[in-house]
Amino acid sequence: MDTKKITLSDFHESIGGKMVPFAGFYMPVRYSSDNEEHKCVRESVGVFDVSHMGEFSLKGEKALDLIQKVCSNDASVLFDGKIQYAYLPNFDGGVVDDLLVYRVNATEYILVVNAGNIEKDWNWISSHNTFEVEMKNLSDETSLFAVQGPKATETLQKLTSVDLSAMDYYTFLKTEFAGHPNVTISATGYTGAGGFEIYLPNEIAEEVWKKIFEAGAEFDIKPIGLGARDTLRLEMGYCLYGNDITDTTSPLEAGLGWVTKFTKEFINSESLLAQKQAGLKRKLVGIEMIDRGIPRSHYEICDEDGNTIGEISSGTQSPTLGKGIAMGFVKTEFAKTGTEVFIKIREKLIKAQVCKMPFVEPGV
Amino acid sequence: MNFPADLRYTEEHEWIKIESDNTALVGVTDFAQSELGDIVFIEIETEGEELGANDIFGTIEAVKTVSDLFLPVAGKVLEVNSALADEPELVNNDPYEGGWLIRMEIADLSSLDGLMDAEAYKSLIGH
Repeated sequence: MDTKKITLSDFHESIGGKMVPFAGFYMPVRYSSDNEEHKCVRESVGVFDVSHMGEFSLKGEKALDLIQKVCSNDASVLFDGKIQYAYLPNFDGGVVDDLLVYRVNATEYILVVNAGNIEKDWNWISSHNTFEVEMKNLSDETSLFAVQGPKATETLQKLTSVDLSAMDYYTFLKTEFAGHPNVTISATGYTGAGGFEIYLPNEIAEEVWKKIFEAGAEFDIKPIGLGARDTLRLEMGYCLYGNDITDTTSPLEAGLGWVTKFTKEFINSESLLAQKQAGLKRKLVGIEMIDRGIPRSHYEICDEDGNTIGEISSGTQSPTLGKGIAMGFVKTEFAKTGTEVFIKIREKLIKAQVCKMPFVEPGV
Repeated sequence: MNFPADLRYTEEHEWIKIESDNTALVGVTDFAQSELGDIVFIEIETEGEELGANDIFGTIEAVKTVSDLFLPVAGKVLEVNSALADEPELVNNDPYEGGWLIRMEIADLSSLDGLMDAEAYKSLIGH
């Protein structure tokens, strides 16, 4: 598959973005420094161009039925303007993707999916569409900016008459923004720093980007790359598809029980329920290093005798804490907070412990 | 980007600078630190060891990547820059001075002839 360009690809390069292939797109990995960008989002406001993400529109009398069948969470509790986190289970006990479900109204929903899974998800959901739901892939015409940080609300408030501070977390509305109608403002994000995600047509992407930066100039607003996006989400313990959840990892073991609702039937729900009732063999836990070292994806987690008890799924040096943090799957008997474990880094066992997540208190 | 003329460079994006007689400092280039991004951890546990050219003498970790460090020429690792333990970002901010990685004893000074000068290195990385 050819690597695609997002609308502002050349623009990002022109302002110093280092573009790398990611999930099928050339994406800015950093503009200045990962750590500075991370700090900017935690302390002020930064903007991620995450236009690679996929958006599907589902319309029809039975749109909810299709969503209830393919999604793990219970979308019947949604109201107009409400958003829900969920995942798409596969038949084999794994996860096709994780996603956000937006209810526009009772017969219209938007699904927001991971960039690397757009085609896979489209085919998967289409194959279960026995409900005559009209599906439209909006991914190629939609840009998405995540404006995140404690100064995000103040920044964006200059560009809209909607009272942003009154918007509840995980709600959205379509409104006039930066002089353009039909922009979707969503009180969501992947950083734990507070803020909004703005969905807009590609044609106005550059103009709106510039207006956001004018509005945020007094807060020293910065463009933020995928490098900082990863350290920010890891400090929150948010799962990343491809690392912490995959086609073969159990969503229950990955801690997604809270968005798995057995009060309704969905794909593979019987087998997931049986797994839950039988007890989980492994669990995704937070791990913080005690001795010095940086835990990374696929490193082994061991007991003090060097026996393998699990594997890191995501890890990094936390810019906020100044130490190594990770998420990893361990055998259930090692999952208790405070359990001493060892990470095998370059054939040496480095001391760490199981800890609660998030690693850093969310800002909002 | 800066590539001092008095250094020699390797294809692994390291530099070596003769101090006196047969001792030299080794670090990574401005290009390397820029490609890697923020350096967050450097692990070098070969102090006192005699290694061959291109042998791994340590690892350097950026936010997203782990890379091996290769000895530019054969010799003995004499000293590790202890400042890097608390300030690995010196490699980003000052790659040719404060961000040096090791001091080494070169086994054979003529082995430096096989390394690149600044102009050759610049053309290697397309600058």
